[in-house]
Amino acid sequence: MSSLNKNTLIRSLLFYLPVFFLFLSVLNEIDFNYLEIKYFSFNFAYILIFYWTLKNPRYLSYGSIFLAGLINDVVVGIPIGASSFCYLLICAVTAYLRNITITPNFINDWISLAFTILLVNSIQVISLDFIFSIEVNYLRYIINSGFTFILYPIFLFLFNILEKIIKIQKND
Amino acid sequence: MASSRDDFVIAIRSAFLKKSYQQKFSLLTLIFLSFIIIILGSFNFKAIQYIKIGINEVVYRSSFIVSIPENYFKNLNIKIEEHMNLYNQFKKIEIELKNLKEKKLSNDFLVLENNKLRELINETVQSEDMYAKVLVDKDSPYLKSIILNKGSKNNVKIGMAIVDNSYLVGKIIEVNYTNSRALLLSDLNSKIPVLLEPLDIHAVVSGTGKNHGVIEYTKDEYDQKIEGKEIIVYTSGYGGLFKPGLPVGKMIAEDKIKKNVVNFFSDFRQLDYVKIVSYDIGSGN
Repeated sequence: MSSLNKNTLIRSLLFYLPVFFLFLSVLNEIDFNYLEIKYFSFNFAYILIFYWTLKNPRYLSYGSIFLAGLINDVVVGIPIGASSFCYLLICAVTAYLRNITITPNFINDWISLAFTILLVNSIQVISLDFIFSIEVNYLRYIINSGFTFILYPIFLFLFNILEKIIKIQKND
Repeated sequence: MASSRDDFVIAIRSAFLKKSYQQKFSLLTLIFLSFIIIILGSFNFKAIQYIKIGINEVVYRSSFIVSIPENYFKNLNIKIEEHMNLYNQFKKIEIELKNLKEKKLSNDFLVLENNKLRELINETVQSEDMYAKVLVDKDSPYLKSIILNKGSKNNVKIGMAIVDNSYLVGKIIEVNYTNSRALLLSDLNSKIPVLLEPLDIHAVVSGTGKNHGVIEYTKDEYDQKIEGKEIIVYTSGYGGLFKPGLPVGKMIAEDKIKKNVVNFFSDFRQLDYVKIVSYDIGSGN
């Protein structure tokens, strides 16, 4: 009986791991998006949201993504709602991709990520720079987009392992 | 052709409107909601401001708690580095201390003289200060800021100066009930009136988004004048926000490219406790 309870607990904890990672990444002081390394930064939240909502949106609910966006805006100091909007745009792209794709293909997903990042970052830059008059570093955005795209396969590999573990726990 | 367009429309409609699996909200609803929040936020809509203050109160504290483990390792790393450089630092500090002791004697005299002169022209500088703990110092490219654990409850007001020991660090830009946000001097939007000493040139120090500032809008050309000199940057007191004479940073004119670079005295990455100060500069005239 106790082992059954323990298994249920581990299963639920593993199930909420992507949500936990998302909130950890927006609340943490050390953010991969704003590393103090010159010419290197990537948006972990974008990769996380893209992967998990494309794979299976059950792991990351749109409500929690919206909330994480609001938190990110408050912590980073940009107009409230901007990150939520960007995160949800990624969800919109992944939802569309899920609907039109019969057989998932890594290359297609990867190219779609490039398109999504460019779209989302362009919207963010336009809104911050032209609407809210917040000075943004264009080079940083280009570098950030590039590394987010390049590093996606690594996180894809790690998240695939995590998803397998979650599935195994679920089937037990 | 018509069929492929139909497919596209169906896919889009399904993506935006279908509440798949365990989703409580449709994607379109949330996208609209965030868009409305952005628009209302840009017009400083009261309800959005209250929501923001509410989120701030919770998020700043949560962020502080979440960051405890990594801050521990960050501090550990700094301590190890300091231990490694202990002997070199000791030798350097020993020489500095000797020089400072000499300077202090003349400085004490100048302070007394300055106070007497202020009394003569009936000028008073009154300041109120309180110590605050730095809750969060998340580095963001949009905003170089720190979150402090003092807010409107403790009479913190927008525009108050933030000082680390005696060095200027920034100013308060957002006040919540129990916490506040201070904009650091290194932020792109930070601009403070300063005085370049010993040349006595008025200028403005702007943040760069990095860990240094730059000199802008000087009245006179100073390139030739600073050649080979060490320039100390103090607040000029123009604008009445900061009191004159607060040390800001140092300019080293050895490198031609870095001529207008100001290295701040305070290390903004290692702020644990700061002082929130408000000045009241009165004049008898």
